[in-house]
Amino acid sequence: MILVLDLSYRPGSLSADEFVSPVERIVREERYRTTIRHYTDPVHGDLASVDGAILCGTALKDFGYLEDLERFAWLPSFPRPVLGICAGMQVTVRIYGGDVHPETGIGMIGQQVVAPDPLLTGKDSFPAYELHCLSVTPPPSFRVLATSPSGVQAVRHRERPVYGVMFHPEVRNEWLIRRFLSLCRPGKRRTDALM
Amino acid sequence: MKLGVLFSGGKDSAYACHRAMEEEVACLITVLPSNPESYLFHTPNISLTSLQAEAAGLPQVTVPSRGVEEAEVADLSRAISLGVEQHGIEGVVTGAIRSVYQATRIQRVCHDLDLWCFNPLWQRDEEEHLEEIVSSGFRFLISGVSAAPLGEAWLGREVDGAALDELKAVARRHRMNPAGEGGEYETFVLDAPFFRKRIEVLGASREYRGDHGIYRIGEARLVQR
Repeated sequence: MILVLDLSYRPGSLSADEFVSPVERIVREERYRTTIRHYTDPVHGDLASVDGAILCGTALKDFGYLEDLERFAWLPSFPRPVLGICAGMQVTVRIYGGDVHPETGIGMIGQQVVAPDPLLTGKDSFPAYELHCLSVTPPPSFRVLATSPSGVQAVRHRERPVYGVMFHPEVRNEWLIRRFLSLCRPGKRRTDALM
Repeated sequence: MKLGVLFSGGKDSAYACHRAMEEEVACLITVLPSNPESYLFHTPNISLTSLQAEAAGLPQVTVPSRGVEEAEVADLSRAISLGVEQHGIEGVVTGAIRSVYQATRIQRVCHDLDLWCFNPLWQRDEEEHLEEIVSSGFRFLISGVSAAPLGEAWLGREVDGAALDELKAVARRHRMNPAGEGGEYETFVLDAPFFRKRIEVLGASREYRGDHGIYRIGEARLVQR
């Protein structure tokens, strides 16, 4: 079971169709069950039963989640893999003590892999769809994995499988989400294993 | 939130409008390209979007465009700005599904104008999307074809359940995008769940040359649904 978290301005918004549904579809295609929650929903009841969490992106003008960081206080003690996408990366980095600053990237932009990691194995550079007007300064507990001309694009916690990507892997880089899912619990708790 | 829907008269922008009604649709926004090879905007029968706006009971903002690649972005920006001035829109809705080219340009325009941008069909599975449009009560016909597997017989054909099955089969066989996202075909919406009246085509002509064809609607009227 994968927790897919909607960070947009309200539950069930038009942004969920754009930023949550595509991620949820990829997770389903990988035969994982999903629990979709808005970030303002209580998630504590879900955390013990999920194998990983994906925090989705939002519209360019949507920053409400950054005003509401206490909703994500569960993140540092969540023991399973986490993938923060765009807004989700900003939240993850902030929760661990990093910061965000204005920096815009819109469209397909070349990514440069700068540190090895299982998530990006075999990729030196690749184009990815960016849609952000904030970028991150990760805290020392995170390693930068990839950059682009519009800032840090992929990070990972130095000791835990907690990832953030600023670009949107659900657009033309679905492999990254599929690879993240394989890190969650390879071969176990997938729907095919339960059927 | 008051929204303006980028409206071409085709199935995707009409379906996006339908979804956007969860918020508040304040107007339709249409760029009228004079260049039939427009890079950004769907073109056959674009002038009839005014009849569709009337059918929906929605105001429409239109601007002409020469349809030259980068000038189209400026024309789009002008059209959206008119939506802000005349209808107080705070955001824009598009029917983009896969086109990163289209989405990138519209996102940049909205960012420059400090507007929200919504793409409620983004990354949808195209077959499921088509099925949902048809089952939701939309009626639309093929108004243009630009791919060899879709011959002249498709021009003007209404996409009902049977046509949809054929379209999906053709798309699978020829590895074509089933929703026509690559410009393989264009559509014209005759009726939608949010229309107060439906459109009846009274006269039309077919032009087909090479692999390209247009179903040009010459005369149409609104009738009770």
